[in-house]
Amino acid sequence: MTDTPYFVIDDLTIGYHKVPVIRDISVKVQKGEIIALIGPNGAGKSTLLKTIARDLEPIRGKIFLEGRDMQTITYRELSKKLAVILTERIKVELTTCRDVVATGRYPYTGRLGVLRGEDQRIVDEAMETVHALELAERDFNAISDGQRQRVLLARAIAQQPEMILLDEPTSFLDVRHKLDLLTILTRMARKKNITVIMSLHEIDLAEKVADRILTVKGDTQFGFGAPGEVFEEQAIRKLYDIEDGYFDPLFGSIELKKPAGDTPEVFVLAGAGTGISVYRKLQRENVPFATGVLYENDVDYRLARLLAAETVSVPAFAAPDDAVYEKAFETMRRCGRILLAGDAARTPNAPLLTRAKAAGLVVLDAKTEGWTL
Amino acid sequence: MTEKTVNTNTAPAQAGAYLVHQARRRARYALVFFVLIAAFCLITVLNINIGNIPIPLERIVEILFTKTGNPTEVNIIWKIRLPRILMAAILGGALSLAGFLLQTFFENPIAGPFVLGISSGAKMVVAFAMIYFIQIFGVVSSYTLILAAFVGSLLSVGFILLFSRRIPSMSTLLVAGIMIGYICTAITDFTVTFAADSDIVNLHNWSKGSFSGMNWSNVGVAATVVGITGGVTFLMAKPIGAYQLGEAYAQSMGVNIKAFRTALIVLSSILSATVTAFAGPISFVGIAVPFLIRHCLNTSKPLVVIPATFLGGGVFCMLCDLIARTAFAPTELNISTVTSIFGAPVVIYMMLRRKGGRK
Repeated sequence: MTDTPYFVIDDLTIGYHKVPVIRDISVKVQKGEIIALIGPNGAGKSTLLKTIARDLEPIRGKIFLEGRDMQTITYRELSKKLAVILTERIKVELTTCRDVVATGRYPYTGRLGVLRGEDQRIVDEAMETVHALELAERDFNAISDGQRQRVLLARAIAQQPEMILLDEPTSFLDVRHKLDLLTILTRMARKKNITVIMSLHEIDLAEKVADRILTVKGDTQFGFGAPGEVFEEQAIRKLYDIEDGYFDPLFGSIELKKPAGDTPEVFVLAGAGTGISVYRKLQRENVPFATGVLYENDVDYRLARLLAAETVSVPAFAAPDDAVYEKAFETMRRCGRILLAGDAARTPNAPLLTRAKAAGLVVLDAKTEGWTL
Repeated sequence: MTEKTVNTNTAPAQAGAYLVHQARRRARYALVFFVLIAAFCLITVLNINIGNIPIPLERIVEILFTKTGNPTEVNIIWKIRLPRILMAAILGGALSLAGFLLQTFFENPIAGPFVLGISSGAKMVVAFAMIYFIQIFGVVSSYTLILAAFVGSLLSVGFILLFSRRIPSMSTLLVAGIMIGYICTAITDFTVTFAADSDIVNLHNWSKGSFSGMNWSNVGVAATVVGITGGVTFLMAKPIGAYQLGEAYAQSMGVNIKAFRTALIVLSSILSATVTAFAGPISFVGIAVPFLIRHCLNTSKPLVVIPATFLGGGVFCMLCDLIARTAFAPTELNISTVTSIFGAPVVIYMMLRRKGGRK
C-alpha cells in the first residue's frame, strides 16, 4: 500500500550507559501488524521496548515512526501515538480501576486534567472493549492479576494510540486470561489498525498471535519474519540454547528430552492419537521405545519423531506394504515386549498384533489403568 | 466469579451506575471540605478564646470586626493570638503539602520533611544564618531565613537522592533520612551550645519548634511564599496524578519527567523551608495529614487531595498549637511534642496496615 512502512528500526544498537545489549536491529513494520519479541531472559527485550518508548536513548541507529525520526518527536506528541503497558507493578492507593483507565486521557485533557463528557465516554468504551466495565468502581489494588492487566490495556486504549507496546503482558496470567488478552489485542489490531509490539515468553502463543516475530539473543537480532520462517526447530533450539529437549514448530509445544539409549525396550502399537499419553509416560520413566506403524500425518507421529528411539512410518493415506510390516515385526521382536496403546483394529496395526500374539511376544495393554512395564 | 463478560445490554446500566458513583464521590468530597472548614472556624474561635486571659465569644466578634473594646484584649487578639493562629494555619498547610509532594516523589506514603531529615537540614542552615547575620548586622530578615532554610532543605534532599539512587529500597531511604536528621541536629545543637550569645537566646526556643512570637510581617511573608508555592502545586495536579502510576507511565503520557521531578523537589523544599524558618522543625504533620485526608476522601486524586491536605494541615496544626499553648499553661509545650502525640500513632498504624495488607 504505502511505500514507507509505518514503523522502521534502522541499524539500531541499544543498551544502558553506552554498553550495548543488542546490536544492529533492523525491522520494518506495517500499520496494524502484531509483532512479538521473543528471546531468552535477559536478551534485551525490555530494553528494546524501553528504547522504542523513548525511555532510553539508542546508542546508535534510528527509529522512525511514519517516516519521522522518533527522537525528534516530543513526548507530548508521542503520547497521542504510543501507549505502553509495562511489567512493573503499579503502586497506587485509593484509586479505582476507572481512575486508572482515565489517566489514559491525559494527553487530551486541559491544564487541570478534568475529564469532559467525551473523555468519560471514551473511558467507558475502552473498559467495555476489555470487558472490564464491571470493575470500574473497584479498587485497583483489590483485583486479580488478569483483571489488572485488562484494566491497564483499557488505559492504553483510552489513550487512543496508533501503537501499543507491551512488556510481557501474559506473565502472571493463567491460560484463560492469556487467551482473553491476546484475543482482545488481535481484535484491536484488525479493527482499529493499531500496531502492537510485545515481548512474549510463550513461543506457542507468539506463533499464533503475531504477524511477525523478532527474535533476539545474546547481543544480536536473531531473526525477523513471519512465524513460519522464524520458528524452525533448529532456530528455536539455538535461540534458547536448548540441549535437553525439543520444540515442535507445528504445534509450538515444548517437549522434554527423549529417553536415554538407542536400543528400544518396548514397542508401542499406536496410531490415531492413542500413542501420545503412552509416549509421555515412557519418556517420564526414561524407557527407550520404538513405535509404529504410523501414518506420517498422525499426531502420534509428530511426537514419536521427537521421543521414540525408532519409528516405523508410512506416508499419509498410503496403506503399509509387506516390507513395512516386516520391518515393524522385526523391531517388535527385538524389543520383546509390546504395549498396545489403543484399539489396533482402527489402525493399520491389526495384522501386526495378530502376528505378535502368534509369535508369543508379551503384549501389555496400556488401556488398563496403572499399567507398568 | 466477578469476571463475567459484560454483554452490551448492561453497558447503559453500567454508565448509569457510574453516574451514581460519581455523585456519591462528590458528596463525600463536599462533606470532607465542609467539616474541615467548620473545624477551621471552630478552632479559630477557641484559639482566640482560650488563654491566660480568656476572651468571651461576643467580645471576640466585636474586636475582630471593629478593632474596638478593651485595649488589652484588642492587643492580645490582634498582636498575639490572631497572627499566631494564622501562622499555624498557613505553616501547617505548607508542611502537609510538602509531605504530600515528597510522598509523590519517593512513591512512599511514609516520606515527609521531618523523617527525611529535610527539616533538620533547614534548621541547621537557619541556625548558622541567624548567628552569622545577628553577629554582623544585628538583624536578620524573614526572607533571609527562608532562603537559608531552603538551602538547608536542598542540602538534605541532595544527600537523600544520592543515597536513594544507590540503594533504591524504601526502608533504606527512611534510615538515610533519619541519619541525616540526627547529623544536622547534632551540628545545630553544637553550634547553639557554643554560640552562647544573648542575641540568639530565642534560637533555643525556635530550634525545638513553636508557633509563638509571630507577628503580622511574618504572616505576610509566609502567606506570600506559601500562597504562590501552593498555587503552583495545585496547577501541577495533573502531572502528579500521572506520576502516581509510576515514572515510566507518566513519561509515556507526555510528562517531562526531569522537569517534573525537579519541580517536586523545589516546591516541597520551599514549603518545608518556610515552615522551618518561622516555626522550627515540626514532626509527623507531613506524613499523618495527607494520609488521613486521602482516607477521608477515599481517593488519591491530586485535584481534591491537594486543597484538602492544605486545609487539613492548617486545622491540624491550629489544634495542636491550641493544646501546646493551653494544656499545661502557663508552660508552653513544643509544637512537635503535640504533633508527635497525634501524628506518630497514625504513622505506626500506616506501617502496620502496609505490612498486613501487602501481597
